[in-house]
Amino acid sequence: MPKVLDNVQIGPLTWKMKVEIPRLVAKAKAGQFVIIRVNEEGERVPMSIAGLDKENGALTIVYQVVGKTSALMTTVPAGGELSDCVGPLGMPSHVENWGTACVIGGGIGIAPIYPIAQAYKEAGNKLITIIGARSKELLFYEEEHKAVADEQYVCTDDGSYGHHGFVSDVLKKLLDDGVKIGMIMAIGPVPMMRVVSNLTKQYNTPTWVSLNPLMIDGTGMCGGCRVSIDGETKFACVDGPDFDGHKVDFDLLTRRLSAYHEQEREAMKRFLTDPGCRLAKDVENFSYPD
Amino acid sequence: MAEKLKPRERMKIPRQKMPEQDPKERSKNFKEVPFGLTEEQALIEAERCLDCPKVPCVKGCPVEVDIPGFIMLIREKEYAAAARKIKETNSLPAICGRVCPQEEQCEIVCPLHKNYGSVRIGYLERFVADYERDNDLVELPEIAPPTGRKVAIVGSGPAGLTAAGDLIKLGHAVTIFEALHKPGGVLVYGIPEFRLPKNIVQAECDFLADMGVEFQNSTVIGKMDTIDELFEMGYDAIFIGTGAGLPNFMGIPGENLIGIYSANEYLTRSNLMRAFDFPNYDTPIIHGKNVAVLGGGNTAMDAVRTALRLGADNAYIVYRRSEKEMPARDEEIHHAKEEGIQFRLLTAPIRFLGNSDGRVQAMECIRMELGEPDASGRRRPVPIEGSNYVMEVDLVVVGIGNSSNPLIPKTTPGLKCNKWGNIIADEETMLTSRKGVYAGGDIVTGGATVILAAGAGKKAARAMHKYLMEEVKK
Repeated sequence: MPKVLDNVQIGPLTWKMKVEIPRLVAKAKAGQFVIIRVNEEGERVPMSIAGLDKENGALTIVYQVVGKTSALMTTVPAGGELSDCVGPLGMPSHVENWGTACVIGGGIGIAPIYPIAQAYKEAGNKLITIIGARSKELLFYEEEHKAVADEQYVCTDDGSYGHHGFVSDVLKKLLDDGVKIGMIMAIGPVPMMRVVSNLTKQYNTPTWVSLNPLMIDGTGMCGGCRVSIDGETKFACVDGPDFDGHKVDFDLLTRRLSAYHEQEREAMKRFLTDPGCRLAKDVENFSYPD
Repeated sequence: MAEKLKPRERMKIPRQKMPEQDPKERSKNFKEVPFGLTEEQALIEAERCLDCPKVPCVKGCPVEVDIPGFIMLIREKEYAAAARKIKETNSLPAICGRVCPQEEQCEIVCPLHKNYGSVRIGYLERFVADYERDNDLVELPEIAPPTGRKVAIVGSGPAGLTAAGDLIKLGHAVTIFEALHKPGGVLVYGIPEFRLPKNIVQAECDFLADMGVEFQNSTVIGKMDTIDELFEMGYDAIFIGTGAGLPNFMGIPGENLIGIYSANEYLTRSNLMRAFDFPNYDTPIIHGKNVAVLGGGNTAMDAVRTALRLGADNAYIVYRRSEKEMPARDEEIHHAKEEGIQFRLLTAPIRFLGNSDGRVQAMECIRMELGEPDASGRRRPVPIEGSNYVMEVDLVVVGIGNSSNPLIPKTTPGLKCNKWGNIIADEETMLTSRKGVYAGGDIVTGGATVILAAGAGKKAARAMHKYLMEEVKK
């Protein structure tokens, strides 16, 4: 079973886990994902790859507590184990030298955009990085990104740090200023990816987004991760997770992500009211993301 | 029973009926439906066998089980020996005794079939396999001395498990790579607990592990390692038994609404992930009140009976042909009807309608009539114009078959596939267009049965053994 090397809190509801799984790490590329299962009763959850330590055969995932499984993940100590971690799944992100490339990470998306930023940089691009979150304490990885980026912009929705505004506001300014960007890759909450895609469509700037629908096997077998791209149904697990943002049906993605809200709430409630739950205090201010 | 009965006397012995859970009761639980024959019943049923010298039943079996041989051992009350007799050619008797379509294979050719009803070969197979397992009489077969050859099996469904069992007995080192976290393939994710209890599949896998088969679960070949990389890792021959794992959808409007599942997803949630036991297990599943399952095969029957057990008030099979054309086993159709499944035959959905949350709430259908036979020999369903009507549904399961999963063909240069994406393999040896690479089961045939997949695994193992010993120098 894959060993958890480290599992630390890096924000109010954000955690970073490092998992030792050398064979997977040796094969994984930026943009791919893994599916983990915490324990025998656990669900299979897709997790974007947020870092690959090839030397130590370790994989980094960054996750936000949004429900029972992510809450349960926080309880796995360093030295503990996950039931399973399978991958690398999905197609790697397309990487080439476009001259100037821009990566945009919103909220938890700041993590998985990081290996892609590295790959873009390694391919010779001038790299513009835009990261943003609702407020200062939800930001992370600022230094990591800074080390890779040629130009970096940090913003918060509430203005508590960096630019006051959305990542799309910063991007719009760059585009309006005539900065020529060959490729944009945006990862974050669905509304953010939608806004960025709608914006760049007006500027005719190619934009990729990484989609995160619900899935089970991750190999094309279940079809649960159906997304609509230019009116055609695709399976995000094998055809994606990256798609042309200008062609994605974001409404459908949003709706399908909400399929189990009721059950998810029930599971979380049960988990938090379990007398053995040490986490209840940590997440007492827990509120469900919209 | 008398020592030597005359055939005429044997014909008079009543055909035994398998006791099973009451339909009303069982439609609310996931426990296995048939209980299995009692010992007394098995002894009576075994007496019905005429022990024909021409053994038509053996010829009807895709893996050529010595059927009269094991039945004679039952008569002698040597049940464990009878199980071992089956295992000489079929590694999975407890599974095949449950899910094989015996009525189309060994039983249909039984001379008793026409006038008296065939010997219940499947029931007897299940009886001895269960007896052996439940009484801890399972013995490891003799394993040949190590040959020094290494085999990789990709996929742990019936084809892969059978090939692994045969190859390990011949002294080869065998590793099974499985994409999911549990071995068994369709036996675990596809077939529900009420038809094939998962502890039985686990016992068969444990048996292989005890013989020395190494299982590497959560390993996706085509992603983690390619076929060529497996050769580089030192495997001398490879068997691909990855199944038909890419669900087909109808391609009609509204198909991506919430509450429309592929049968693969619906069954995997319930079977592998045990969503029927939510919230004790974390994986959720949608519980429909009015559930339509599209399709007429065994998978569709499994899905609709699952929906009923998850609390549906109305569970429908919606099938565009008539009952006669349904590919499902008669036994499954019969069980479904007994449990109260409603059949909407000669009916095809043409679009799905959703509410403002994007959840399915109805399905528009059109009635069909049967026209001329098509390429499959079945009469082609033709829509009746103007016969459209709307069915209220809050859950739809699409069980109209699978295409082949492209993960391996796409990453294996030189591996030839047909136009449907199925790997092309020799009918006798299961050899593909790549040297040392064999394939069998649904990835070759498209969606078929457990025993046909097991038969392919068996043929492949035979050919692989020859290849390993004659062409792989150590």
